[in-house]
Amino acid sequence: MRLTEGSAGARVLAFGGYQPAKVVTNDDLAATVDTNDEWIRSRVGIASRRIAGPDETVADMAVAAGGKALAASGLSPRDIDLVIVATCTPEVQIPNTAATVARRLGIAAPGAYDMNAACAGFCYALASAADAVRTGTAGNVLVIGSEKLSQWIDWTDRSTCIIFADGAGAAVVGPADDPAEAGIGPVVWGSAGDMADKIYIKDRDSFIFQEGQAVFRWATTALHPVAKQACERAGVEPAELAAFVPHQANLRIVEAIARKLGAPQALVADDIVTAGNTSSASIPLALSRMLERGEIPSGAPVLLLGFGAGICYAGQVITVP
Amino acid sequence: MAMTDQEILTGLGEIIDEVAGVPADQVTPDKTFVDDLDIDSLSMVEIAVAAQDKFGVEIPDDQLKDLKTVQDVIDYVRKSSVSA
Repeated sequence: MRLTEGSAGARVLAFGGYQPAKVVTNDDLAATVDTNDEWIRSRVGIASRRIAGPDETVADMAVAAGGKALAASGLSPRDIDLVIVATCTPEVQIPNTAATVARRLGIAAPGAYDMNAACAGFCYALASAADAVRTGTAGNVLVIGSEKLSQWIDWTDRSTCIIFADGAGAAVVGPADDPAEAGIGPVVWGSAGDMADKIYIKDRDSFIFQEGQAVFRWATTALHPVAKQACERAGVEPAELAAFVPHQANLRIVEAIARKLGAPQALVADDIVTAGNTSSASIPLALSRMLERGEIPSGAPVLLLGFGAGICYAGQVITVP
Repeated sequence: MAMTDQEILTGLGEIIDEVAGVPADQVTPDKTFVDDLDIDSLSMVEIAVAAQDKFGVEIPDDQLKDLKTVQDVIDYVRKSSVSA
């Protein structure tokens, strides 16, 4: 039996992001729940977030972000042979979002699967995409994080309705035959199943629940060792990082982990300010916008760190296109 | 490890400066976290975690909410160190 042969490494060829048109400000929320702009900004860091239209789906947003990434990659749809969508909020159980996205983007007959690791989803999916390319299972992979959390929110619950939002982000992953070009480092992933009761959606008729303080304590203590391990596995010193792009759960969590990382020179993503917490979309959405604004030089090393319900987490260093 | 109140206060001042950006010399025993030092419950969690690293004393979330002043934390750390 033959084993596949792939490439020495894998790298991200392009990113793309999509935010729904509707902007919801803190003042908008203060009109219906007991909260205010100042409290939200200081506690969570959000100034505004985007909410998808009532008929706008996870697949719609995935197609938008995926299409942008594909266009920016210089590849054509026929070059993609695997589509992975990280999502925990699909409206449709079957068929999966990935097969739908592939059809709508004109990608013929790729492997297609959805995966759910909540807010760690993009980093998990990216790791799997990189593995597929390196082992030769796939030539080029379209990886998308897309979430419509708004359909799971209790809009009278001020502990959640101020945080979660909608959006999508995507990356095209291709081969890097020269190890020097290799741009996706080894993933460090894991889970803390004992924290399962801290973030959950119980069933299809329930809202999202989060025990914020417990999650804050866990995230600000358990994750910086994972971050450092991801750097170590990639052979990159934290002090060499151009940017740190963790899941945009809460700006206070982001800043607390950044303080412990030992990368004072790294640009710390704060996309949550105008995006909210978009779960698996947050990392690729943040990256697509940071790159659009020219904030990270091409080829520079960036640490990604996803974490969310499970609790599941995953981090890896990548070089940006 | 028997620490004096002054040693605990100094250590706390360093932690609060780092976590919340409040200068250590403003951290005096009588000050309340919320009103005097403008420190909210999320920063209290960070302070509790840093205090665990520095003093070896664990402050769980349900105990944390009762610690209103700097002196409350000093007393908690001192009592917990003695019984450790």
